[in-house]
Amino acid sequence: MPGSSQLLEVRWHGRGGQGAVTASTILAEAASYEGLYVQAFPEFGPERRGAPVKAYTRISRTPIRSRAPIANPDIVVVLDPSLPPTHYLQGLKSDGFLVINSKLPARDIVSKLGVSRVVVVDATAIALRTIKAPIVNVAMLGALARVVSMVSLESIARATLKTLFNVKLEGPLDSLIRSSILGEAALGNLEALVEAYRLAEVVEV
Amino acid sequence: MSWRELPIGGMILEPGNSIARRTGEWRVFRPVIDQDACTRCLVCWMYCPDGVIRVVDTPYRTSKGRLWSFTLEIDYEHCKGCGICAEECPVNAIAMVEEVK
Amino acid sequence: MQVLEGYVKQVRVMLNSNYAVAYAVRDVDVDVIAAYPITPQTGVVEKLAEMIANGELDAEMIHVESEHSALSAIIGASAAGARVFTATSSQGLEYMHEVLHIASGMRLPLVMSVATRALSAPINIWCDYSDLMNVRDSSWITFIASTAQEVYDTIVEAYMVAEDPRILLPVIVAYDGFWMSHTYEPLYVAEDKSYVRTLVPRRDRVKLDPQKPVTMGALVGPDWYYEIKYQQVAAMSEAYEAIREYDRVIGRAFGRFYEPVEAYKMDDAEIAILTYGGIYGSLVEAVDRLRGEGYKVGAIRLRLWRPFPVDDIVRVARGVSKLLVVDRAISYGASIAGPVALEVIASLHRAGLDLDVVSYVAGIGGRPVTESDFEGMFKLALKLGRRAREIGTIYWGVRGVSYD
Repeated sequence: MPGSSQLLEVRWHGRGGQGAVTASTILAEAASYEGLYVQAFPEFGPERRGAPVKAYTRISRTPIRSRAPIANPDIVVVLDPSLPPTHYLQGLKSDGFLVINSKLPARDIVSKLGVSRVVVVDATAIALRTIKAPIVNVAMLGALARVVSMVSLESIARATLKTLFNVKLEGPLDSLIRSSILGEAALGNLEALVEAYRLAEVVEV
Repeated sequence: MSWRELPIGGMILEPGNSIARRTGEWRVFRPVIDQDACTRCLVCWMYCPDGVIRVVDTPYRTSKGRLWSFTLEIDYEHCKGCGICAEECPVNAIAMVEEVK
Repeated sequence: MQVLEGYVKQVRVMLNSNYAVAYAVRDVDVDVIAAYPITPQTGVVEKLAEMIANGELDAEMIHVESEHSALSAIIGASAAGARVFTATSSQGLEYMHEVLHIASGMRLPLVMSVATRALSAPINIWCDYSDLMNVRDSSWITFIASTAQEVYDTIVEAYMVAEDPRILLPVIVAYDGFWMSHTYEPLYVAEDKSYVRTLVPRRDRVKLDPQKPVTMGALVGPDWYYEIKYQQVAAMSEAYEAIREYDRVIGRAFGRFYEPVEAYKMDDAEIAILTYGGIYGSLVEAVDRLRGEGYKVGAIRLRLWRPFPVDDIVRVARGVSKLLVVDRAISYGASIAGPVALEVIASLHRAGLDLDVVSYVAGIGGRPVTESDFEGMFKLALKLGRRAREIGTIYWGVRGVSYD
């Protein structure tokens, strides 16, 4: 598992409209359910659909004091594979994880980008199937959950419902995904989360 | 009086206190109404910027025998003598007369 | 500052500082809100509009065409006795400038939040404190918060201070644009907002009332104007004690005790670094790192900007030989370009203390100020020694400027 047992720093890379900023807050919200200290903020700028976007999530067992942008993340999450690798790999810790939305097999990503720890998922396909739109952020949270020990998939599911649909639900994941009070969109997002968690390929070389 | 006793922010707590200031002393020319010529149209009353034209409940009979049920009077304690009433009067019934003090 | 057991029941929520403002404004039951959207403050008023729409807050939202009108509208509402609120940033605050003086001169207890932002030109929407520092002489009590938690607590405190009959001055609660306004973090808010309302009871004051008319903002000539302005001087000075009282009220209610000047590892410090706002956390991290290298260094945070806490600054700085002050605003052409550095120097002068104060300007236009920056500023100050005084102000990180 990446990060120290005390602090986990995640940097998100996407394009305006894909939900990178929202994902950074969902992860923080989820971690707060685990009683952890959290911080989530975007790389600030004018909001423009399609423009490269960065966001950050800090999760810690002790109070978080720094507000500096995360320069050396434990995990980099890439929502859009067309972003330049020199950009998103910058400062990634040598034992850090790259969690990337891609149709390529994990082995190819490892050899192409020269990184040693990778999580790959075809989040676009999952999002199109479950949410019926190419909004990949929740699917990427599912893939991320494979390599994060501080936050459970169930907490991420709850935080997704709270952040996107203002629904406060508690209970095991199995009951959440079958909840009769949730609409089609909410259930679609939960399906995306769980599907991505299941289908994500984790490789460490 | 020091800064301590002043109402804060220079607020004026007593309403209508402008009456205490006798602005009539500023006047150089005084408006005088010719009650015979006045048609009681109240144009002067409307135009006066200081509200010193008073409508008084005193009947007035003109030299030609017409009876008005009220009279217009000027509050000389506060009239500044600006002359707007004389300027606006449609029948030239107000004359501006130099003050002799 | 920590959350203690045994205080009013609170819930842990995830909010950014903009939303923390809105929660506090809701909890103190504001009557009238007027604001004009400007980045990075907009989230405050969006959230308040949502709260009004869904019935959480019973308030009038006055839609206006500018910040000048926003402040004017709440001045009118406050004069009529309402509890009011506005929020702004950057050019919006500058556009309010003349009205700021009218609000304080009329002694109205307004509360405004400012998500600080750089000033045009060139257009820059990111954080620095140029906007706030530009209005320092407008007779508004001014707090600078450094966490979303403190933003919530300080908005509540601001109404206590503003509406205190001894004070009756408007209050600004400022915090970093983006670095705080857009950063989600956990904080505690009162579970039952009616409890917060009991902390800020409605108090009688002179107001516009057709049954008992008064005149506000009348013309005052040279014969009395000076005395009326002196009343503001006296109220601003008296505000210090009132703020200390309300710091304790907030502390007893929520378990979080604030000080006008906060100190970290200052007991044995030989050198101190002072700053304000959201970057204080990074400064504290830097101090721990420098301590690890063996330096006896401490951190100081300014929370109260107006009235300036002269005695507190003197008390915490007394033991050190060197004091770095990191400002995020430039007073162009000034003897010392850092506005807070200038105040610190004047405070030490009043106490007859002569120590090396090193004025740094950093973080202009949203440039990050990280732990490494603080470490770098510290080491440069050591290297420059007393020469830093001759330099006056060090512009940290400007390409093409060096002080070696």
